[in-house]
Amino acid sequence: MEERMKQLDQSRAPIYEALEEFRQMRVVPFDVPGHKRGRGNPELTEFLGQQCIGVDVNSMKPLDNLCHPVSVIREAEILAAEAFGAENAFLMVGGTTSAVQSMVLTACKRGDEIILPRNVHRSVINALVLNGAIPVYVNPEVDKRLGIALGMKREQVANAIKEHPNAVAVLVNNPTYYGICSDLKAIVKMAHDAGMLCLADEAHGTHFYFGENLPISAMAAGADMAAVSMHKSGGSLTQSSLLLTGKNVNPGYVRQIINLTQTTSGSYLLMSSLDISRRNLTLRGRKIFKQVQELAEYAREEINAIGDYDAFGKELIDGDAVFDFDPTKLSVHTLDVGLAGIQVYDILRDEYDIQIEFGDLGNILAYLSIGDRVQEVERLVSALAEIRRRFKGDPSGLMTQEYIEPIVVASPQEAFYAPKKSLPIMETEGYICSEFVMCYPPGIPILAPGEKITADILKYISYAHEKGCQMTGPQDPKIENLNVLDI
Amino acid sequence: MELWFSEHHTPDVKLSLRVNKQLYSVQSDYQRIDVFDSVEFGRVLSLDGNIMLTERDEFIYDEMIVHVPMAVHPNVKKVLVIGAGDGGVVHELTRYETIKRIDLVEMDEEVIKACRSYLPENASRLDDRRVNIYFENGLKFIRKCEDVYDLIIVDSNDPFGPAEGLFTKEFYGNCYKALKADGILVNQQGSPFYKEDASAMKRSHGRIASTFPICRVYQAHIPTYAAGYWLFGFASKKYHPIDDQDSERWNSLNLRTKYYTTRLHKGAFYLPAFLEEMLKEVE
Repeated sequence: MEERMKQLDQSRAPIYEALEEFRQMRVVPFDVPGHKRGRGNPELTEFLGQQCIGVDVNSMKPLDNLCHPVSVIREAEILAAEAFGAENAFLMVGGTTSAVQSMVLTACKRGDEIILPRNVHRSVINALVLNGAIPVYVNPEVDKRLGIALGMKREQVANAIKEHPNAVAVLVNNPTYYGICSDLKAIVKMAHDAGMLCLADEAHGTHFYFGENLPISAMAAGADMAAVSMHKSGGSLTQSSLLLTGKNVNPGYVRQIINLTQTTSGSYLLMSSLDISRRNLTLRGRKIFKQVQELAEYAREEINAIGDYDAFGKELIDGDAVFDFDPTKLSVHTLDVGLAGIQVYDILRDEYDIQIEFGDLGNILAYLSIGDRVQEVERLVSALAEIRRRFKGDPSGLMTQEYIEPIVVASPQEAFYAPKKSLPIMETEGYICSEFVMCYPPGIPILAPGEKITADILKYISYAHEKGCQMTGPQDPKIENLNVLDI
Repeated sequence: MELWFSEHHTPDVKLSLRVNKQLYSVQSDYQRIDVFDSVEFGRVLSLDGNIMLTERDEFIYDEMIVHVPMAVHPNVKKVLVIGAGDGGVVHELTRYETIKRIDLVEMDEEVIKACRSYLPENASRLDDRRVNIYFENGLKFIRKCEDVYDLIIVDSNDPFGPAEGLFTKEFYGNCYKALKADGILVNQQGSPFYKEDASAMKRSHGRIASTFPICRVYQAHIPTYAAGYWLFGFASKKYHPIDDQDSERWNSLNLRTKYYTTRLHKGAFYLPAFLEEMLKEVE
């Protein structure tokens, strides 16, 4: 192993190389998967291509095993750890959701307190439902005009740590969906000084590790764990992700936690995509993300020249709640055009065949990454200009508030498993919710299990519904009824 | 020795021209540009392997895309031409003395360079004092124009390559904005014969029809294009392509043409039944 590693460098991709070698060996498969290199499923093979389905294979000696990696997967992980400046890296095949959950499940257990901003992804609170840890929410600052949640202020985090000295970890979004970063380095120091771990949800921050003039990455800031969505800005296949850990975290324990919920049939399509993408990013990431930044800057200038739209950027930086801003994020405030973000999102898709990442009450987010070209940006800008020309209206009456402070009454696990009853949603005011309600994307809960349902929240839900947000979370798929605690 | 240039019109159909020699080849930032000397069709310009024009049959395209709107609009002064780096459309436009200004927007400077060198007849009027050339993305250029042009001609490549943006609803909407209240938009609309071409044609026709109050399609027979059968779109805020055609005025200009006549103008708008049906589906 040591011998082999010495020969490894970042221009290698061990899983990919092993698969190529394996392909040439023409091994006769009397193992799973049952499609046998695609022969048993010609329609699927025709659709995905022989090249692709031919490497949809099972764990075996020459290809290693994701549950207990000792050869090529291990090498790929060591290379990934080096590329990201981490002590250890784990290939994940259950999306960044699985990376976030493994991170939270590693850091805390039943009854432990964990400090986190309320605008976290659902996967974080899901993990708390699983393990029974107690969230201590730091309410993020809110930009009143844009209606979006910002980062956590240093003082707020310091207060939370002071009030909850027994908490075991602090979790930080680095960055938020909108590209906003808290002062991660300072938060890491505060957490460590108090004997807590610092975890980072970097679902939207893969590129921080490779580009220049970007916010600091979690590993560089000294964080203990980070969940990194390689499939977002990194270019790997959907559902592939990385979990990174620092020197304060026992890698064997992390592996055990991962194996609690991870499949024993890890997909080699996903793993090889992580391997090849890591190689691409280390070799070419600097140049790629420079181009993405330039493209985003260009798009911002052009969109702001249309009028009424506000494609916001680094001017939001205030040194605290917006400690830094990710310039590759293209977020546009739409309310001054007289349209909710979700409306612009729908018009772009329905009338202009342009799919953007999401629209919420006041903003849209177009995701720019490794694969974008200026031609497509011209289309987006022109379509936005057209939407303004055709639909410009009166902005009064449009709701801005994107973030409502929650009133937490019970822990997520308690609330989720407690006796409950189903009520028509509009009759639930004053009750305690036992399930999630969120717009997807972005998948940040409006209500989480254990939170009190208020008139403001109900107003928000019905407004978002009316404007066409796709709502998810509750048991009732139509979201006409909500499960509340039966007490 | 036999040398043949082939273009696939579908995966199962191709058109081949016997070539004397290849005169030029370059890979620009956007596409591969080639010029051939062919036996039957003279010089041929190809972009990414698709024939854009040949010396032998380009007159049909250029005349039909220019004279049809010029015989309808009584007073064209400012024209915007998008694409058309070969200069053929501009060549026809400069024959009208009433036109005061022609803005040509071509994304790829290399196309114009190639045509100046190897298709000098086509490109000869690019230096006309009324012509202003902009090397820019068409979609970007037009975004900033409002109530400026009497006529916009979109002479683009097919919708599956770098010109895709010129077949979109946002582009047509921006054209609407850039035109004056009595302005006309004419575009090359592809071919309705082969399946993939037909569905692209339907999509773009539907988008134009949802943008302009008047939107019609007309046809021409062009041997080197897919199925030898080509369509143009005529869209306008005010003028009807047949009801508002002024044959007398146009004929009094005494422009000699090889394809266009004021009689053919009317006939070109009478379409085969299958095509009428296709268009109706998306209107």
